[in-house]
Amino acid sequence: MLIELIVNGRRRTAENVRAGESLLYVLREHLGLRGSKDACEQGECGSCSVYLNGDLVCACLVSAGQADGAEVVTVEGLSDGESLHPIQQAYVSEGAVQCGFCTPGLIVATHCLLDASSDPSDEEIREALAGNLCRCTGYEKIVSAVRLAATETAAG
Amino acid sequence: MDYLRPRTWQDAVALKTENPAAVPINGGTDLMVEIKFAGRRPACLLDLSHLQVLKGWRKSNGTVELGAGVTYTDVLEHLGGDLPALAIASRTVGSPQIRNRGTIAGNLATASPAGDAHPPLLATGATVRVESMRGVRDVPVGRFFTGPKQNVLEPDELIRAVLVPAARGPQQFSKVGTRNAMVIAVVSFALAFDIPSRHVGTGIGSAAPTPIEAADATAYLEQELDRGGYWEEHRDLPAGTVDGFAERVAAAARPINDVRGPAGYRVHALRVMARRTLRWAWSALETDGTHAH
Ligand SMILES: Cc1cc2nc3c(=O)[nH]c(=O)nc-3n(C[C@H](O)[C@H](O)[C@H](O)COP(=O)(O)OP(=O)(O)OC[C@H]3O[C@@H](n4cnc5c(N)ncnc54)[C@H](O)[C@@H]3O)c2cc1C
Ligand code: FES
Ligand code: FES
Repeated sequence: MLIELIVNGRRRTAENVRAGESLLYVLREHLGLRGSKDACEQGECGSCSVYLNGDLVCACLVSAGQADGAEVVTVEGLSDGESLHPIQQAYVSEGAVQCGFCTPGLIVATHCLLDASSDPSDEEIREALAGNLCRCTGYEKIVSAVRLAATETAAG
Repeated sequence: MDYLRPRTWQDAVALKTENPAAVPINGGTDLMVEIKFAGRRPACLLDLSHLQVLKGWRKSNGTVELGAGVTYTDVLEHLGGDLPALAIASRTVGSPQIRNRGTIAGNLATASPAGDAHPPLLATGATVRVESMRGVRDVPVGRFFTGPKQNVLEPDELIRAVLVPAARGPQQFSKVGTRNAMVIAVVSFALAFDIPSRHVGTGIGSAAPTPIEAADATAYLEQELDRGGYWEEHRDLPAGTVDGFAERVAAAARPINDVRGPAGYRVHALRVMARRTLRWAWSALETDGTHAH
């Protein structure tokens, strides 16, 4: 089937998509957007987190057909060209990126959290990021990065 | 795999009759996992996720009608006042990503014994509104499940809505899992007081082939509350009454041993949860009359 959707503000089409494929597959394999990571394909790890019509979702659980006509924002859509988004910068500054596989999903989930709550408590941060798994960092540095991003965003 | 995207609810119902093998997809949080992992290959998907008419809820005559597209996030953000137990349960589901997509109707249709919406829906006496070209029928949640992952839906039927009586008393939900978030219930329990009718409702999850009510426990508690005049005056409950209730809740369970926990542990946890939820709910009644916190 033919899928038309708006990704990061641009109208995109993907041809010959199988209905049972996921939005994640469409983004990565049809549209070449490899920022959203493919790790578990069952909603457990959050590394494929994107916005779908404004909601934070796991792209691996959205069927391609369901995404037809939708507006999608991926991690690629958050930075401004080559310059990092303040949230991305905060992850780098705090050493919250090790292998980096979980990072894109965490950046999108953090973006969603800070959009709703500009000064989240540690508990709120942990709750909001509960669907994003990281094998490397032990999460402490991720929570610090979110706190830093919150302060930077508030200051900027 | 074919893909059908009805534009109206009437189209969806007609398409399901024409293609009884078509598998509805809503939030996709169960179905996509089945497709990817269990290797399920539906010949045809029937996409209900675009039907705006299913996404709303409305309250009339003391009942909240949840469209089949209502998500956990909707319930916990907007319906905590009328549906406190369901809202507490919704908050324990998966992660924000899962709660944004997963629907109450999808939870019912999947019919997992561990579905977190089920105990609150049982405890509050909710009804599932099912529709096909043959007409509409309302199925009480207690009769909706027929076995693990099995329900009463006929091949031409779709869930249209879930009708939940708005709370008229405190409600609670409790779930035991291996950690705080992203976890399937090892065992779960919901409790709902309906003060005007002097009724207590219960729902147990993950402790039998289907979600079940604890009928003996509720009958016992109602009787004790009648006898002691507790409905009129919300005094502290005697420890014996709380224990008696908890024993009967535990006795209602028919759990299995599996990777998530041995049967004996489930029964023990259930006894503890029954005691706690009763104390929490009752103390809400003592402090502010009829509303749960
Ligand atoms: C990472 C993860 C964590 C999860 N955590 C929890 C948890 O904590 N607690 C819990 O209870 N569940 C959990 N789930 C399971 C799932 O999210 C829920 O069962 C959810 O409610 C399913 O709803 P859905 O709209 O996504 O269903 P879908 O996947 O769209 O559909 C599920 C089933 O219902 C059928 N169906 C859907 N809508 C209708 C309809 N209107 N009429 C007839 N049939 C219909 C579909 O054909 C399919 O068989 C989790 C899932 C994942 C992936
Ligand atoms: S790849 Fe989607 S949640 Fe893991
Ligand atoms: S940095 Fe390696 S998984 Fe998070």
